[in-house]
Amino acid sequence: MLVIQNLHATVGDKEILRGIDLTVNAGEVHAVMGPNGSGKSTLAQVLAGHPAYEVTAGSVTYEGQDLLAMDPEVRAQQGIFLAFQYPVEIPGVSNAYFLRAAYNEIRKARGEEEIDPISFADLMDERMKLVEMDPAMLSRSVNTGFSGGEKKRNEILQMAVLEPKLAVLDETDSGLDIDALRIVAHGVNSLKAPDKATIVVTHYQRLLNYIVPDYVHVLANGRIVRSGGKELALELEEKGYDWLLEEAVA
Amino acid sequence: MIDSYLKGFEEIASNGGASAPDWARSLRLSAITRFEALGFPTTKNEDWHFTSVAPIAEREFDLLAPPAHGVTAAQLAPFSFGATDWHTLVFVNGRYDAALSSAAALPDGLTVVPLKQAYDELPLLVEQYVGKVAAYEGQTFTALNTAFLDDGAVVHVAQDVEVARPIHLLFVSDASAGAGTAQPHNLIVLDRFAKATVIESYVGIGGGMYFTNVVTEAVVGDGATLTHLKLQRESPKAYHVGTVDVRQARDSHLVSFSFATGAALSRTNIYTELRGEGCGATLNGLYLGDGEQHIDHQTRIEHVEPNCYSREHYKGILDGSAHGVFNGKVFVHPAAQKTDGKQTNNTLLLSEKAQIDTKPQLEIFADDVKCTHGATVGRLDETSLFYMKSRGIDARTARELLTYAFAADVLETIEQVEVREELEAATLRRYTERG
Repeated sequence: MLVIQNLHATVGDKEILRGIDLTVNAGEVHAVMGPNGSGKSTLAQVLAGHPAYEVTAGSVTYEGQDLLAMDPEVRAQQGIFLAFQYPVEIPGVSNAYFLRAAYNEIRKARGEEEIDPISFADLMDERMKLVEMDPAMLSRSVNTGFSGGEKKRNEILQMAVLEPKLAVLDETDSGLDIDALRIVAHGVNSLKAPDKATIVVTHYQRLLNYIVPDYVHVLANGRIVRSGGKELALELEEKGYDWLLEEAVA
Repeated sequence: MIDSYLKGFEEIASNGGASAPDWARSLRLSAITRFEALGFPTTKNEDWHFTSVAPIAEREFDLLAPPAHGVTAAQLAPFSFGATDWHTLVFVNGRYDAALSSAAALPDGLTVVPLKQAYDELPLLVEQYVGKVAAYEGQTFTALNTAFLDDGAVVHVAQDVEVARPIHLLFVSDASAGAGTAQPHNLIVLDRFAKATVIESYVGIGGGMYFTNVVTEAVVGDGATLTHLKLQRESPKAYHVGTVDVRQARDSHLVSFSFATGAALSRTNIYTELRGEGCGATLNGLYLGDGEQHIDHQTRIEHVEPNCYSREHYKGILDGSAHGVFNGKVFVHPAAQKTDGKQTNNTLLLSEKAQIDTKPQLEIFADDVKCTHGATVGRLDETSLFYMKSRGIDARTARELLTYAFAADVLETIEQVEVREELEAATLRRYTERG
């Protein structure tokens, strides 16, 4: 589904990604771990097409197409979803309006009819239960005045509505208490399917107790320095990142 | 050219306004004297530094003649917010129009009458306040308006009366019979613990050139709450100068909103004086400009007594070569301890040529207060744009939605639902393709 080869990316003059290779197949869950500043959030943002990052070398192929040539909205329409580490507040746009606009854009891209407001309300009812969100949140402005946990749940709600093929969760666990973490993980797990894939970017192993990865990759200094199965995450939890960084330098 | 006004004054003094009570006639006389002495302000005057009134000053404006073909109720429909049961006074070219008004069958304790009728029905009230709240001595346009004191609305709400339906003062201008000026003067008085919503609309029909110069004086009694909406949707060639001057007594509340989108040149002054303890003042506003429009807002909040709060949020969206001005003054007098004040002005510039001069001013003479102010000027937030695009929303729609949202953020503070929904819908249509 996704093939990343020798990906280099900079922000300003600073090179953050320095040769990433990663292949993700349908049905798989990949965890990307690493210390602060290792480039894991940059990788997530580059996949979504954040304009602040410039790709200087390498390629990303998504379902056989050149992902890097697509605008961010086209990537989303093609089934890529980034759950933001810091979801953006948009005062003045209601959550419901925003979600319906996004949903219809994605349907349009698939050649489907726009959904009518009543059917959309039914869909929302169902999906909001998944993340245990108060329906009143729908009429509030997007993320505006939401608590940290509410914002993250709102990201997963958007994901549940937009049904991406490839979901990238950027530190969705940061700032969550354990109850919110369970709800978010439950939401993500419910959306798992053989034709979909997930990349979970996280600093802590904790989230991976709930969203069990097939593969774990450790990022350091903009490169993947170790890949393994879910047991690698446990090893990292026990030993920290230092031993890997030392190995990488050596 | 002030000569044309002096001539107009002579006319009104000798005919239209001749029946006014003595105090009004002498008020007019001293006001025209002040107007003559002051002349029109130049940009050397600090309060007019960013706004040149030359387009008004260089023209001769007689009082607007009645429209060539009269104004029909159907023509007013777009400005009535779909409401049929509001207390509405309509003024056409500055003159009260009884046929178009519908302020009959008012609830007990509410009086809504044109000024001339108020001379008879509320003689003490108008004599007590007209010309006293909005000081004209140092203000050219207030002096000019006061000199032409002849028509306008008087609203009085008696003690403890809460008026359920809005009172709509609709000022329509139609310059089909030639350019001219309208100088309406309004008075709103809420007695103790009264509550009312007053909407002032300024609209144009036919796109002609005219000059509206309005003064509204408001007195909010102990524990009373006045919600005041001023909606300026004049014709594109019009000039508009409007002053709302409010005096607040102990524990009273003012909730003010100024919406300005019409006129070639407009200046709106919203002033309030918190003269008792425990007052609150909320001043919000939205200005939307395009083309060569010049839209100026001046606000002044005087914290005279302790333990009052004020909240102010003005936003604007400027496109084309539009020029916006926001000058917000908050004065905290020495006695006004524990004042809690917050003032914000945000302007979104959609084009290279659009500009805003913003000047939030805080002058504090008490030592135990909490006051903040700030202003931002900018373009659409790139992070927000990316967020929307990352959800599949195309770049153009994302820009349109964010532009609308910028305005909706302050429009949603309007409690009056019909007005809020209509302004939101109009703003959505204006900034989005699909509407």
